[in-house]
Amino acid sequence: MDRHVLLIEDEPNIIEAIRFLLTRDGWSVDTHSDGADAVEAIRDAGPDLVILDLMLPGKSGLEILRDLRALPETEKLPVLMLTARGQSRDREMAERAGVSRFMTKPFSNAEVLTAVRDLLAQASQS
Amino acid sequence: MARDTLTGGRIRERRLIAGLKQADLARQVGISASYLNLIEHNRRRIGGKLLLDIAHVLGVEPSMLTQGAEAALIETLREAAADAVAVAAEVDRADEFAGRFPGWAEVLAGGHRRIASLERTVETLSDRLTHDPQLAASLHEVLSTATAIRSTASILAETGELEAEWRDRFHRNLNEESRRLAESSKALVAYLDESGGDDSRRGVPQEEVEAFILARGHHFATLETGQDEPNDLVRDAAQLTSPAARTIARDVLSAYCKDMRAMPLAAFLDALRETDANPLALAGIFNVDLAAVFRRLAAMPPGVPGSDAGLVVCDASGSIVFRKQIEGFALPRFGESCPLWPMFTALSRPMAPIRRRVSQTGRSAMVFDCMAIAQPIGTAEFEADPLFQSTMLILPVKGEDATGKPVQPVGSSCRVCTRAGCHARREPSILSEGF
Repeated sequence: MDRHVLLIEDEPNIIEAIRFLLTRDGWSVDTHSDGADAVEAIRDAGPDLVILDLMLPGKSGLEILRDLRALPETEKLPVLMLTARGQSRDREMAERAGVSRFMTKPFSNAEVLTAVRDLLAQASQS
Repeated sequence: MARDTLTGGRIRERRLIAGLKQADLARQVGISASYLNLIEHNRRRIGGKLLLDIAHVLGVEPSMLTQGAEAALIETLREAAADAVAVAAEVDRADEFAGRFPGWAEVLAGGHRRIASLERTVETLSDRLTHDPQLAASLHEVLSTATAIRSTASILAETGELEAEWRDRFHRNLNEESRRLAESSKALVAYLDESGGDDSRRGVPQEEVEAFILARGHHFATLETGQDEPNDLVRDAAQLTSPAARTIARDVLSAYCKDMRAMPLAAFLDALRETDANPLALAGIFNVDLAAVFRRLAAMPPGVPGSDAGLVVCDASGSIVFRKQIEGFALPRFGESCPLWPMFTALSRPMAPIRRRVSQTGRSAMVFDCMAIAQPIGTAEFEADPLFQSTMLILPVKGEDATGKPVQPVGSSCRVCTRAGCHARREPSILSEGF
Protein backbone atom coordinates (compact mmCIF):
# COMPACT_ATOMS: atom_id res chain seq x y z
CA MET A 1 0.00 0.00 0.00
CA ASP A 2 1.32 3.47 -0.89
CA ARG A 3 2.30 5.60 2.06
CA HIS A 4 0.73 8.96 1.49
CA VAL A 5 1.34 12.15 3.42
CA LEU A 6 -0.33 15.51 2.97
CA LEU A 7 1.83 18.44 4.01
CA ILE A 8 -0.12 21.59 4.87
CA GLU A 9 2.45 24.38 5.16
CA ASP A 10 2.77 27.84 3.66
CA GLU A 11 6.57 28.20 3.60
CA PRO A 12 7.71 27.14 0.10
CA ASN A 13 11.25 26.19 1.09
CA ILE A 14 10.13 24.17 4.09
CA ILE A 15 7.66 22.41 1.79
CA GLU A 16 10.46 21.68 -0.65
CA ALA A 17 12.79 20.29 2.00
CA ILE A 18 10.17 18.09 3.68
CA ARG A 19 8.83 16.88 0.34
CA PHE A 20 12.34 15.89 -0.70
CA LEU A 21 13.01 14.08 2.60
CA LEU A 22 9.79 12.12 2.62
CA THR A 23 9.91 11.29 -1.05
CA ARG A 24 13.39 9.85 -0.54
CA ASP A 25 11.98 7.85 2.35
CA GLY A 26 9.36 6.28 0.11
CA TRP A 27 6.41 8.50 0.80
CA SER A 28 4.03 9.94 -1.71
CA VAL A 29 3.75 13.63 -0.78
CA ASP A 30 1.05 16.13 -1.64
CA THR A 31 1.10 19.68 -0.41
CA HIS A 32 -1.45 22.36 0.38
CA SER A 33 -0.74 25.91 1.51
CA ASP A 34 -4.07 27.45 2.45
CA GLY A 35 -5.71 26.89 5.81
CA ALA A 36 -9.18 27.98 4.66
CA ASP A 37 -9.93 24.86 2.59
CA ALA A 38 -7.41 22.52 4.20
CA VAL A 39 -10.06 20.20 5.68
CA GLU A 40 -11.60 19.69 2.25
CA ALA A 41 -8.15 19.08 0.79
CA ILE A 42 -7.49 16.41 3.45
CA ARG A 43 -10.84 14.73 2.85
CA ASP A 44 -10.24 14.72 -0.91
CA ALA A 45 -6.68 13.44 -0.64
CA GLY A 46 -7.35 10.79 2.04
CA PRO A 47 -3.73 10.66 3.26
CA ASP A 48 -2.24 8.19 5.76
CA LEU A 49 -0.77 11.08 7.71
CA VAL A 50 -1.03 14.88 7.77
CA ILE A 51 1.78 17.26 8.60
CA LEU A 52 0.07 20.47 9.66
CA ASP A 53 1.57 23.88 10.32
CA LEU A 54 -0.01 25.77 13.23
CA MET A 55 0.05 29.24 11.67
CA LEU A 56 -1.56 29.14 8.26
CA PRO A 57 -3.31 31.76 6.17
CA GLY A 58 -7.09 31.51 6.21
CA LYS A 59 -7.50 29.14 9.14
CA SER A 60 -5.20 28.11 11.96
CA GLY A 61 -3.80 24.60 12.23
CA LEU A 62 -5.57 24.27 15.57
CA GLU A 63 -8.98 24.95 14.02
CA ILE A 64 -8.24 22.53 11.21
CA LEU A 65 -7.25 19.87 13.72
CA ARG A 66 -10.48 20.35 15.70
CA ASP A 67 -12.50 20.05 12.49
CA LEU A 68 -10.66 16.85 11.58
CA ARG A 69 -11.32 15.30 14.97
CA ALA A 70 -15.03 16.11 14.61
CA LEU A 71 -15.33 14.18 11.34
CA PRO A 72 -15.75 10.39 11.50
CA GLU A 73 -13.42 9.72 8.57
CA THR A 74 -10.56 11.79 10.00
CA GLU A 75 -11.03 11.52 13.76
CA LYS A 76 -8.13 9.05 14.04
CA LEU A 77 -5.96 10.38 11.22
CA PRO A 78 -2.36 10.82 12.46
CA VAL A 79 -1.52 14.54 12.56
CA LEU A 80 1.99 15.86 13.12
CA MET A 81 1.75 19.52 14.02
CA LEU A 82 4.63 21.89 13.27
CA THR A 83 4.91 25.25 14.88
CA ALA A 84 7.30 28.11 15.47
CA ARG A 85 5.31 28.87 18.61
CA GLY A 86 6.64 26.52 21.22
CA GLN A 87 4.83 27.91 24.23
CA SER A 88 3.43 25.28 26.56
CA ARG A 89 -0.03 26.81 26.09
CA ASP A 90 0.05 26.07 22.35
CA ARG A 91 1.20 22.55 23.01
CA GLU A 92 -1.55 22.00 25.59
CA MET A 93 -4.20 23.36 23.25
CA ALA A 94 -2.97 21.13 20.44
CA GLU A 95 -2.98 18.11 22.72
CA ARG A 96 -6.48 18.89 23.89
CA ALA A 97 -7.56 19.21 20.26
CA GLY A 98 -6.19 15.71 19.58
CA VAL A 99 -2.81 16.20 17.95
CA SER A 100 -0.78 13.00 17.45
CA ARG A 101 2.65 14.65 17.71
CA PHE A 102 3.75 18.25 18.26
CA MET A 103 7.07 19.52 16.91
CA THR A 104 8.56 22.99 17.27
CA LYS A 105 10.58 24.77 14.60
CA PRO A 106 13.42 24.69 13.88
CA PHE A 107 13.46 20.88 13.83
CA SER A 108 15.97 18.52 12.30
CA ASN A 109 15.23 16.38 9.27
CA ALA A 110 15.89 13.27 11.32
CA GLU A 111 13.25 14.33 13.86
CA VAL A 112 10.65 14.75 11.13
CA LEU A 113 11.43 11.40 9.57
CA THR A 114 11.37 9.61 12.94
CA ALA A 115 8.06 11.23 13.89
CA VAL A 116 6.44 10.35 10.59
CA ARG A 117 7.64 6.74 10.74
CA ASP A 118 6.54 6.36 14.38
CA LEU A 119 3.10 7.77 13.72
CA LEU A 120 2.56 5.48 10.76
CA ALA A 121 3.69 2.48 12.79
CA GLN A 122 1.32 3.39 15.63
CA ALA A 123 -1.56 3.93 13.21
CA SER A 124 -1.03 0.55 11.55
CA GLN A 125 -1.02 -1.21 14.94
CA SER A 126 -4.26 0.34 16.14
CA MET B 1 -38.76 68.31 40.14
CA ALA B 2 -36.68 71.45 40.29
CA ARG B 3 -33.07 71.74 41.34
CA ASP B 4 -34.06 72.75 44.88
CA THR B 5 -35.00 69.09 45.48
CA LEU B 6 -31.28 68.59 46.08
CA THR B 7 -30.89 71.47 48.45
CA GLY B 8 -32.71 69.67 51.25
CA GLY B 9 -30.24 66.81 51.20
CA ARG B 10 -27.33 69.25 51.33
CA ILE B 11 -28.90 71.13 54.25
CA ARG B 12 -29.26 67.86 56.13
CA GLU B 13 -25.68 66.84 55.32
CA ARG B 14 -24.27 70.21 56.40
CA ARG B 15 -26.40 70.22 59.59
CA LEU B 16 -25.05 66.82 60.56
CA ILE B 17 -21.49 67.98 59.84
CA ALA B 18 -22.14 71.01 62.07
CA GLY B 19 -23.44 68.71 64.81
CA LEU B 20 -26.83 70.43 65.01
CA LYS B 21 -30.08 68.71 65.79
CA GLN B 22 -32.97 69.33 63.38
CA ALA B 23 -34.91 71.11 66.15
CA ASP B 24 -31.94 73.40 66.93
CA LEU B 25 -31.53 74.53 63.35
CA ALA B 26 -35.29 74.95 62.90
CA ARG B 27 -35.50 77.13 65.99
CA GLN B 28 -32.61 79.33 64.92
CA VAL B 29 -34.19 80.07 61.55
CA GLY B 30 -37.72 80.38 62.89
CA ILE B 31 -39.45 77.34 61.41
CA SER B 32 -40.81 74.15 62.90
CA ALA B 33 -38.72 71.03 63.08
CA SER B 34 -41.29 69.12 61.05
CA TYR B 35 -41.14 71.72 58.26
CA LEU B 36 -37.33 71.51 58.23
CA ASN B 37 -37.69 67.75 58.08
CA LEU B 38 -39.79 68.07 54.94
CA ILE B 39 -37.21 70.45 53.44
CA GLU B 40 -34.35 68.14 54.29
CA HIS B 41 -36.13 65.27 52.59
CA ASN B 42 -36.71 67.38 49.53
CA ARG B 43 -40.43 67.44 49.98
CA ARG B 44 -40.65 71.21 50.26
CA ARG B 45 -39.05 73.81 48.08
CA ILE B 46 -36.69 76.30 49.70
CA GLY B 47 -35.31 79.65 48.63
CA GLY B 48 -35.13 83.31 49.46
CA LYS B 49 -34.54 84.50 53.03
CA LEU B 50 -35.02 81.07 54.63
CA LEU B 51 -32.21 79.64 52.50
CA LEU B 52 -29.94 82.55 53.42
CA ASP B 53 -30.73 82.10 57.11
CA ILE B 54 -30.04 78.39 57.08
CA ALA B 55 -26.76 78.97 55.20
CA HIS B 56 -25.80 81.57 57.77
CA VAL B 57 -26.47 79.25 60.71
CA LEU B 58 -24.62 76.41 59.03
CA GLY B 59 -21.70 78.72 58.22
CA VAL B 60 -21.66 78.03 54.46
CA GLU B 61 -22.29 80.00 51.34
CA PRO B 62 -25.89 79.70 50.14
CA SER B 63 -24.55 78.42 46.80
CA MET B 64 -23.04 75.47 48.66
CA LEU B 65 -26.57 74.44 49.45
CA THR B 66 -28.14 75.13 46.08
CA GLN B 67 -25.33 73.82 43.88
CA GLY B 68 -22.19 71.78 44.60
CA ALA B 69 -21.04 68.25 44.20
CA GLU B 70 -24.54 67.09 43.28
CA ALA B 71 -24.30 68.73 39.86
CA ALA B 72 -21.42 66.43 39.00
CA LEU B 73 -23.32 63.54 40.53
CA ILE B 74 -26.35 64.18 38.36
CA GLU B 75 -24.16 64.49 35.29
CA THR B 76 -22.61 61.12 36.09
CA LEU B 77 -26.05 59.59 36.62
CA ARG B 78 -27.13 60.90 33.25
CA GLU B 79 -23.99 59.43 31.65
CA ALA B 80 -24.72 56.11 33.34
CA ALA B 81 -28.26 56.19 31.98
CA ALA B 82 -27.00 57.00 28.50
CA ASP B 83 -24.50 54.10 28.64
CA ALA B 84 -27.06 51.62 29.91
CA VAL B 85 -27.94 49.07 27.26
CA ALA B 86 -31.55 47.87 26.94
CA VAL B 87 -32.61 49.72 30.10
CA ALA B 88 -34.53 53.00 29.91
CA ALA B 89 -33.72 55.00 33.04
CA GLU B 90 -35.88 57.97 34.05
CA VAL B 91 -33.22 60.48 32.98
CA ASP B 92 -35.53 63.45 33.56
CA ARG B 93 -35.79 62.47 37.24
CA ALA B 94 -32.05 62.06 37.86
CA ASP B 95 -31.90 65.11 40.14
CA GLU B 96 -34.87 63.86 42.14
CA PHE B 97 -33.19 60.47 42.53
CA ALA B 98 -29.92 62.08 43.63
CA GLY B 99 -31.75 64.33 46.05
CA ARG B 100 -33.91 61.69 47.72
CA PHE B 101 -31.42 58.85 47.67
CA PRO B 102 -27.99 60.50 47.70
CA GLY B 103 -26.26 57.38 49.02
CA TRP B 104 -27.66 55.11 46.36
CA ALA B 105 -27.02 57.75 43.72
CA GLU B 106 -23.40 57.95 44.81
CA VAL B 107 -23.12 54.17 44.72
CA LEU B 108 -24.51 54.12 41.19
CA ALA B 109 -22.35 57.01 40.05
CA GLY B 110 -19.27 55.48 41.70
CA GLY B 111 -19.97 52.20 39.93
CA HIS B 112 -20.31 54.00 36.63
CA ARG B 113 -17.02 55.86 37.16
CA ARG B 114 -15.33 52.59 38.10
CA ILE B 115 -16.64 50.89 34.97
CA ALA B 116 -15.39 53.79 32.84
CA SER B 117 -11.99 53.59 34.50
CA LEU B 118 -11.78 49.84 34.00
CA GLU B 119 -12.82 50.20 30.38
CA ARG B 120 -9.98 52.66 29.85
CA THR B 121 -7.58 50.20 31.46
CA VAL B 122 -8.83 47.40 29.22
CA GLU B 123 -8.44 49.60 26.18
CA THR B 124 -4.91 50.51 27.22
CA LEU B 125 -3.94 46.91 27.85
CA SER B 126 -5.53 45.87 24.57
CA ASP B 127 -3.42 48.48 22.84
CA ARG B 128 -0.34 46.99 24.43
CA LEU B 129 -1.34 43.48 23.50
CA THR B 130 -1.62 44.47 19.87
CA HIS B 131 2.17 44.74 19.96
CA ASP B 132 2.56 41.15 21.03
CA PRO B 133 1.19 39.62 17.81
CA GLN B 134 3.70 41.82 16.01
CA LEU B 135 6.48 40.32 18.07
CA ALA B 136 5.04 36.83 17.62
CA ALA B 137 4.88 37.34 13.86
CA SER B 138 8.51 38.51 13.76
CA LEU B 139 9.69 35.53 15.79
CA HIS B 140 7.61 33.18 13.65
CA GLU B 141 9.30 34.59 10.57
CA VAL B 142 12.76 34.09 12.07
CA LEU B 143 12.05 30.55 13.23
CA SER B 144 10.39 29.50 9.97
CA THR B 145 13.36 30.79 8.02
CA ALA B 146 15.76 29.05 10.38
CA THR B 147 13.78 25.83 9.87
CA ALA B 148 14.01 26.07 6.11
CA ILE B 149 17.75 26.76 6.31
CA ARG B 150 18.36 23.91 8.75
CA SER B 151 16.41 21.35 6.70
CA THR B 152 17.91 22.46 3.41
CA ALA B 153 21.46 22.58 4.74
CA SER B 154 21.02 19.10 6.25
CA ILE B 155 19.86 17.72 2.95
CA LEU B 156 22.87 19.23 1.19
CA ALA B 157 25.28 17.99 3.84
CA GLU B 158 23.84 14.56 4.47
CA THR B 159 22.54 13.37 1.12
CA GLY B 160 25.38 11.54 -0.62
CA GLU B 161 24.19 11.35 -4.19
CA LEU B 162 22.17 14.46 -4.93
CA GLU B 163 21.05 15.20 -8.49
CA ALA B 164 22.43 18.45 -9.89
CA GLU B 165 18.96 19.87 -10.35
CA TRP B 166 18.02 19.29 -6.71
CA ARG B 167 21.40 20.51 -5.48
CA ASP B 168 21.06 23.76 -7.43
CA ARG B 169 17.54 24.23 -6.20
CA PHE B 170 18.55 23.76 -2.57
CA HIS B 171 21.49 26.09 -2.95
CA ARG B 172 19.15 28.69 -4.32
CA ASN B 173 16.70 28.12 -1.46
CA LEU B 174 19.50 28.39 1.04
CA ASN B 175 20.60 31.69 -0.44
CA GLU B 176 17.03 33.04 -0.41
CA GLU B 177 16.37 31.95 3.15
CA SER B 178 19.65 33.27 4.53
CA ARG B 179 18.82 36.69 3.05
CA ARG B 180 15.36 36.47 4.52
CA LEU B 181 16.79 35.52 7.91
CA ALA B 182 19.08 38.54 7.83
CA GLU B 183 16.14 40.82 6.98
CA SER B 184 13.75 39.36 9.53
CA SER B 185 16.39 39.41 12.26
CA LYS B 186 17.06 43.05 11.49
CA ALA B 187 13.35 43.82 11.61
CA LEU B 188 13.02 41.99 14.92
CA VAL B 189 15.89 43.92 16.46
CA ALA B 190 14.40 47.17 15.18
CA TYR B 191 11.06 46.26 16.72
CA LEU B 192 12.64 45.45 20.06
CA ASP B 193 14.64 48.68 19.95
CA GLU B 194 11.47 50.66 19.27
CA SER B 195 9.74 48.88 22.15
CA GLY B 196 12.26 50.49 24.45
CA GLY B 197 11.41 53.90 23.05
CA ASP B 198 8.98 56.42 24.37
CA ASP B 199 5.82 55.59 22.47
CA SER B 200 5.21 51.87 22.13
CA ARG B 201 4.80 51.10 25.79
CA ARG B 202 2.20 53.72 26.52
CA GLY B 203 -0.28 52.54 29.07
CA VAL B 204 2.24 51.50 31.72
CA PRO B 205 2.48 54.50 34.06
CA GLN B 206 6.19 54.06 34.81
CA GLU B 207 6.93 53.96 31.09
CA GLU B 208 5.03 57.19 30.54
CA VAL B 209 6.99 58.82 33.35
CA GLU B 210 10.26 57.57 31.87
CA ALA B 211 9.34 59.00 28.47
CA PHE B 212 8.49 62.31 30.15
CA ILE B 213 11.80 62.46 32.03
CA LEU B 214 13.83 61.21 29.08
CA ALA B 215 12.34 63.93 26.85
CA ARG B 216 13.94 66.46 29.23
CA GLY B 217 17.27 64.68 29.50
CA HIS B 218 16.67 63.90 33.21
CA HIS B 219 17.35 67.56 33.99
CA PHE B 220 14.59 70.09 34.64
CA ALA B 221 16.11 73.50 34.02
CA THR B 222 12.86 75.40 34.64
CA LEU B 223 12.52 73.80 38.07
CA GLU B 224 16.12 74.75 38.84
CA THR B 225 15.44 78.39 37.99
CA GLY B 226 12.10 78.47 39.78
CA GLN B 227 10.32 79.24 36.52
CA ASP B 228 8.08 76.18 36.87
CA GLU B 229 6.59 74.11 39.65
CA PRO B 230 6.23 70.32 39.35
CA ASN B 231 2.49 70.68 38.72
CA ASP B 232 3.15 73.00 35.77
CA LEU B 233 5.40 70.45 34.09
CA VAL B 234 3.07 67.54 34.79
CA ARG B 235 0.04 69.44 33.51
CA ASP B 236 1.74 70.34 30.24
CA ALA B 237 3.40 66.96 29.58
CA ALA B 238 2.08 65.19 26.51
CA GLN B 239 3.76 61.93 27.59
CA LEU B 240 1.73 61.66 30.79
CA THR B 241 -1.61 60.38 29.60
CA SER B 242 -2.84 58.46 32.64
CA PRO B 243 -3.69 59.75 36.13
CA ALA B 244 -1.33 57.14 37.59
CA ALA B 245 1.55 58.42 35.47
CA ARG B 246 0.86 62.01 36.50
CA THR B 247 0.85 60.99 40.16
CA ILE B 248 4.17 59.16 39.80
CA ALA B 249 5.65 62.08 37.86
CA ARG B 250 4.61 64.51 40.59
CA ASP B 251 6.32 62.31 43.19
CA VAL B 252 9.49 62.09 41.10
CA LEU B 253 9.56 65.86 40.56
CA SER B 254 8.90 66.52 44.24
CA ALA B 255 11.91 64.38 45.11
CA TYR B 256 13.86 66.24 42.41
CA CYS B 257 12.94 69.59 43.98
CA LYS B 258 13.87 68.35 47.43
CA ASP B 259 17.30 67.26 46.16
CA MET B 260 17.62 70.53 44.26
CA ARG B 261 16.94 72.60 47.37
CA ALA B 262 19.39 70.56 49.41
CA MET B 263 22.03 70.73 46.66
CA PRO B 264 21.49 73.93 44.63
CA LEU B 265 22.85 73.62 41.12
CA ALA B 266 25.55 76.30 41.26
CA ALA B 267 26.91 75.10 44.60
CA PHE B 268 26.71 71.49 43.48
CA LEU B 269 28.67 72.22 40.30
CA ASP B 270 31.39 73.89 42.38
CA ALA B 271 31.45 70.95 44.79
CA LEU B 272 31.66 68.51 41.87
CA ARG B 273 34.89 70.19 40.77
CA GLU B 274 36.30 70.34 44.29
CA THR B 275 35.55 66.72 45.08
CA ASP B 276 36.16 65.26 41.63
CA ALA B 277 32.52 64.11 41.77
CA ASN B 278 33.12 61.94 44.81
CA PRO B 279 29.62 60.98 46.10
CA LEU B 280 30.69 60.46 49.70
CA ALA B 281 32.42 63.84 49.82
CA LEU B 282 29.39 65.49 48.22
CA ALA B 283 27.10 63.91 50.80
CA GLY B 284 29.34 65.37 53.50
CA ILE B 285 29.42 68.86 52.01
CA PHE B 286 25.66 69.12 51.60
CA ASN B 287 24.78 67.03 54.66
CA VAL B 288 22.50 64.76 52.66
CA ASP B 289 22.25 61.00 52.32
CA LEU B 290 24.12 59.10 49.63
CA ALA B 291 21.00 58.16 47.64
CA ALA B 292 20.15 61.86 47.27
CA VAL B 293 23.65 62.51 45.89
CA PHE B 294 23.23 59.62 43.43
CA ARG B 295 19.92 61.08 42.24
CA ARG B 296 21.37 64.59 41.96
CA LEU B 297 24.40 63.37 40.02
CA ALA B 298 22.17 61.53 37.55
CA ALA B 299 20.13 64.71 37.05
CA MET B 300 22.98 66.96 35.97
CA PRO B 301 22.76 68.87 32.68
CA PRO B 302 24.76 67.62 29.67
CA GLY B 303 28.52 68.01 29.90
CA VAL B 304 28.65 67.91 33.70
CA PRO B 305 30.17 64.91 35.52
CA GLY B 306 27.34 62.53 36.37
CA SER B 307 25.14 63.56 33.46
CA ASP B 308 26.14 60.37 31.63
CA ALA B 309 25.45 58.18 34.67
CA GLY B 310 22.70 55.63 34.85
CA LEU B 311 20.48 55.36 37.89
CA VAL B 312 18.21 52.62 39.11
CA VAL B 313 16.04 52.46 42.19
CA CYS B 314 14.27 49.39 43.52
CA ASP B 315 11.94 48.84 46.42
CA ALA B 316 12.34 46.19 49.09
CA SER B 317 10.69 43.57 46.87
CA GLY B 318 13.38 44.16 44.24
CA SER B 319 10.90 45.78 41.83
CA ILE B 320 12.46 48.58 39.85
CA VAL B 321 10.63 51.82 40.55
CA PHE B 322 12.90 54.22 38.69
CA ARG B 323 15.57 53.87 36.06
CA LYS B 324 17.74 56.12 33.97
CA GLN B 325 19.09 54.03 31.16
CA ILE B 326 22.77 53.98 30.31
CA GLU B 327 24.24 52.56 27.14
CA GLY B 328 25.85 49.17 27.65
CA PHE B 329 24.03 48.31 30.88
CA ALA B 330 20.62 46.81 30.23
CA LEU B 331 18.01 47.67 32.85
CA PRO B 332 14.96 45.45 32.33
CA ARG B 333 11.80 46.87 33.81
CA PHE B 334 9.59 44.00 34.83
CA GLY B 335 11.08 42.05 37.72
CA GLU B 336 13.65 40.22 35.66
CA SER B 337 16.85 41.93 36.74
CA CYS B 338 20.04 40.09 37.62
CA PRO B 339 20.20 39.54 41.39
CA LEU B 340 23.97 40.02 41.24
CA TRP B 341 23.65 43.76 40.74
CA PRO B 342 25.18 45.72 43.65
CA MET B 343 21.77 47.36 44.17
CA PHE B 344 20.38 44.04 45.39
CA THR B 345 23.46 43.30 47.47
CA ALA B 346 22.85 46.65 49.16
CA LEU B 347 19.35 45.53 50.15
CA SER B 348 20.92 42.74 52.19
CA ARG B 349 23.26 45.23 53.89
CA PRO B 350 21.10 48.27 54.65
CA MET B 351 22.87 51.61 55.12
CA ALA B 352 26.23 50.17 53.99
CA PRO B 353 27.49 51.81 50.77
CA ILE B 354 28.41 49.14 48.21
CA ARG B 355 30.80 49.79 45.35
CA ARG B 356 31.55 47.25 42.61
CA ARG B 357 33.04 47.25 39.17
CA VAL B 358 30.74 45.22 36.99
CA SER B 359 30.40 44.15 33.41
CA GLN B 360 27.29 42.66 31.85
CA THR B 361 27.99 39.39 30.11
CA GLY B 362 26.89 38.93 26.56
CA ARG B 363 27.10 42.60 25.76
CA SER B 364 29.99 44.74 24.63
CA ALA B 365 31.96 44.01 27.81
CA MET B 366 31.81 47.64 28.94
CA VAL B 367 32.88 48.15 32.53
CA PHE B 368 30.79 50.15 34.97
CA ASP B 369 31.49 51.57 38.39
CA CYS B 370 28.33 50.85 40.41
CA MET B 371 27.65 52.47 43.77
CA ALA B 372 24.62 51.43 45.72
CA ILE B 373 23.01 52.03 49.07
CA ALA B 374 19.80 50.81 50.67
CA GLN B 375 18.16 53.39 52.90
CA PRO B 376 14.89 53.42 54.83
CA ILE B 377 12.03 55.38 53.33
CA GLY B 378 9.27 57.13 55.19
CA THR B 379 9.29 58.27 58.77
CA ALA B 380 10.60 56.02 61.51
CA GLU B 381 7.93 54.68 63.83
CA PHE B 382 8.06 52.67 67.01
CA GLU B 383 7.13 49.02 66.60
CA ALA B 384 7.18 49.36 62.79
CA ASP B 385 9.77 47.66 60.62
CA PRO B 386 11.71 50.06 58.42
CA LEU B 387 11.05 49.83 54.70
CA PHE B 388 14.14 50.04 52.52
CA GLN B 389 14.73 51.31 49.04
CA SER B 390 17.97 50.70 47.18
CA THR B 391 19.52 53.25 44.83
CA MET B 392 22.37 52.46 42.45
CA LEU B 393 24.44 54.91 40.44
CA ILE B 394 26.01 53.41 37.32
CA LEU B 395 29.05 55.22 35.97
CA PRO B 396 30.80 54.19 32.77
CA VAL B 397 34.49 53.35 33.25
CA LYS B 398 36.50 54.55 30.32
CA GLY B 399 39.97 54.05 28.89
CA GLU B 400 42.74 52.84 31.15
CA ASP B 401 40.50 53.08 34.19
CA ALA B 402 38.68 50.01 32.87
CA THR B 403 41.69 47.78 33.40
CA GLY B 404 43.48 46.59 36.45
CA LYS B 405 40.71 46.37 39.04
CA PRO B 406 38.63 43.21 39.47
CA VAL B 407 35.36 43.27 37.56
CA GLN B 408 32.34 41.33 38.74
CA PRO B 409 30.39 39.71 35.89
CA VAL B 410 26.65 40.32 36.12
CA GLY B 411 23.75 39.87 33.75
CA SER B 412 20.75 41.88 32.70
CA SER B 413 18.13 39.18 33.04
CA CYS B 414 18.48 35.40 33.00
CA ARG B 415 16.65 35.00 29.70
CA VAL B 416 19.32 36.79 27.72
CA CYS B 417 22.33 36.01 29.93
CA THR B 418 24.66 33.24 28.83
CA ARG B 419 26.73 33.10 32.02
CA ALA B 420 27.25 29.42 32.83
CA GLY B 421 27.14 27.94 36.33
CA CYS B 422 25.51 31.01 37.85
CA HIS B 423 23.97 30.25 41.23
CA ALA B 424 21.63 33.21 40.79
CA ARG B 425 20.03 31.84 37.62
CA ARG B 426 16.24 31.67 37.74
CA GLU B 427 15.57 30.20 34.30
CA PRO B 428 17.52 28.93 31.29
CA SER B 429 18.77 31.46 28.78
CA ILE B 430 17.04 31.54 25.43
CA LEU B 431 20.39 32.44 23.88
CA SER B 432 22.07 29.21 24.87
CA GLU B 433 19.10 26.87 24.60
CA GLY B 434 16.49 28.30 22.28
CA PHE B 435 18.61 29.40 19.34
